[in-house]
Amino acid sequence: MEANSKFKVTLLTGRTIEQGVGKERGKASEDYFKSVTVCYVDPVDMKRLGIRGGTNVRVSTDNGSVILKALKSPRGPHTGVIFIPYGVWANAIVSTETDSVGMPSLKGIPAEIEPAPDKAVLGLSELLREQFGKR
Amino acid sequence: MPIVRAVTCPVCGSLCDDIELTIKNKRIVKVKNGCSMCESKFLGYSGHRLLKPLIRKSGTLVEVPFKEALVKAAEVLAEADYPLLYGWSSTSCEATRVGIELAEEIGGVIDNTSTVCHGPSVLGIQDVGIPSCTLGQIRHRADLVIYWGSNPWSAHPRHIERYTTLSEGKFERSEWRSYVTRTKAATTKKKVESALRQVSPKKKISVSSTPVERGPCPAILKAGRKLIVIDVRKTRTAEIADYFIQVEPNKDYELLQAFRALIRDQEIETDKVAGVPVEYLEEVSDAMIGCNFGVIFFGLGLTMSKGKLRNVDAALHLARDLNARTKFVIMPMRGHFNVSGADTVFLWQTGYPYAVDFSLGYPRYNPGETSAIDVLLRKESDAALVIASDPVSNFPRKAAEHLVNSPLIAIDPHMNTTSQMADIVFPSAFVGIEVSGTAYRMDHVPLPLKKVVEPPRGVLSDEEILRRLLLEVRKVKKRKQLRTEVK
Repeated sequence: MEANSKFKVTLLTGRTIEQGVGKERGKASEDYFKSVTVCYVDPVDMKRLGIRGGTNVRVSTDNGSVILKALKSPRGPHTGVIFIPYGVWANAIVSTETDSVGMPSLKGIPAEIEPAPDKAVLGLSELLREQFGKR
Repeated sequence: MPIVRAVTCPVCGSLCDDIELTIKNKRIVKVKNGCSMCESKFLGYSGHRLLKPLIRKSGTLVEVPFKEALVKAAEVLAEADYPLLYGWSSTSCEATRVGIELAEEIGGVIDNTSTVCHGPSVLGIQDVGIPSCTLGQIRHRADLVIYWGSNPWSAHPRHIERYTTLSEGKFERSEWRSYVTRTKAATTKKKVESALRQVSPKKKISVSSTPVERGPCPAILKAGRKLIVIDVRKTRTAEIADYFIQVEPNKDYELLQAFRALIRDQEIETDKVAGVPVEYLEEVSDAMIGCNFGVIFFGLGLTMSKGKLRNVDAALHLARDLNARTKFVIMPMRGHFNVSGADTVFLWQTGYPYAVDFSLGYPRYNPGETSAIDVLLRKESDAALVIASDPVSNFPRKAAEHLVNSPLIAIDPHMNTTSQMADIVFPSAFVGIEVSGTAYRMDHVPLPLKKVVEPPRGVLSDEEILRRLLLEVRKVKKRKQLRTEVK
């Protein structure tokens, strides 16, 4: 198995209790930031990426890419599937396809993951500036 | 210190109404009976608070008097051709009622957060119908509980304890004891494995495996209440389940249809469906048919993945089919505390539960066209009012982009992501903490939200802000009409 490679995964977004607690403290809170700027990766995929828990990764889809902190998934196995909690970081890359029913595709999205140990996870203001420019 | 009892928690759709709050010096200092999200809200709501109205001037949000923000917001809304009014699921039914009046007045499109959560479920229910009941009936009678694409342990933390397998019903007993026994056994197993690893580090020690890997689980045949979880990954809820089925992402529809075939005694001519061996599905379908009162709670795992409303259609059909064999009900796990209330108020006021367009002077409903995401992706709206929601954070980036690039008004107690990007911001009081109101639980039971502390000085409720905005919009429109008549 070749380490440090970029490979295809299926991206899921969803709720975690940490994100739920963080959002009630406020979107500008440190708890919220820590809870939504992570990407849960299966231990097998971690090895394939050649990284340890806590290393930053770049997750890319047709809609963009974002840097997140990879964490070893506590509840595997789910090789080939990554999980990012709901938040502005996840929504930077989710699919806008509503299939004519109004609902964007927020789970089961084709994505790519690669190690990005030298890249920093952007803070909320930096991410908003990068995404929306004017403010 | 005064204690306020029977407070309804304004966090998730479970609307737990047994919260006890201790008040000291007009502040909440202690929360009893709540989950971690409930505690976090009641104890931390005053942080990152908005206290003054803001208007963006030269790129920066600056504090302004309420009247100035009100007039500016009314002008923006009155002059827009196709404004979007979005949010509503974390405020009271009373506020939503005024919001719909405002949408009609300005000929806008009004949508609530169902559009990005259970919108497809609403469409499925309109197609198929829904055999359902109240959560009280489930607590007392359900002996088989299935969570499909839903993780209540994280999203509705007290749902299992209050309404399903860990609740003590009149006719069904709580499964706490069996849960504690299993947890202790699992902990012991982990300790033994850890000790063995230390003794012989090179030897591979088997770790706990999912039920899918080890085959049909005897727990599914046990007496008493059974909990089955079907999801694409092993969640915290799956860990406490009697049986867990791990479905491959985007294949829920196949699995649902396989269950429909099995409960009608049809044979499936393949070894696996959606990555799950058919023999395991047979075990579960036997449990479904064999129960006295079954319930399927489904979450966003069905509505947000491939198939969307068709997944929900299949789940509703499955529940309908099961009623030919036994008693079965089904219910969506609604997320925001009053998203059911928003749907209900929309429905009784306009005839439609979400994505309602007033641009032709009468309500029209066509999700996919009149839904918030589609309106934004087509860049059709020319202004937006967001209340009690954070779409800049929760919408896909391209949809949020148009929201941010048009005049944006936000009404929220917090400085959230949308407030940060807005042009006009109104601070509001917390519904269910600083103002009273009505909210609908996920089973459509309306519950009162209590006022337990005073809001900060000068901060109004969502309902009051909307009422004043509506009056101001009417004034602006009247002035505009007079100017036209003079010309």
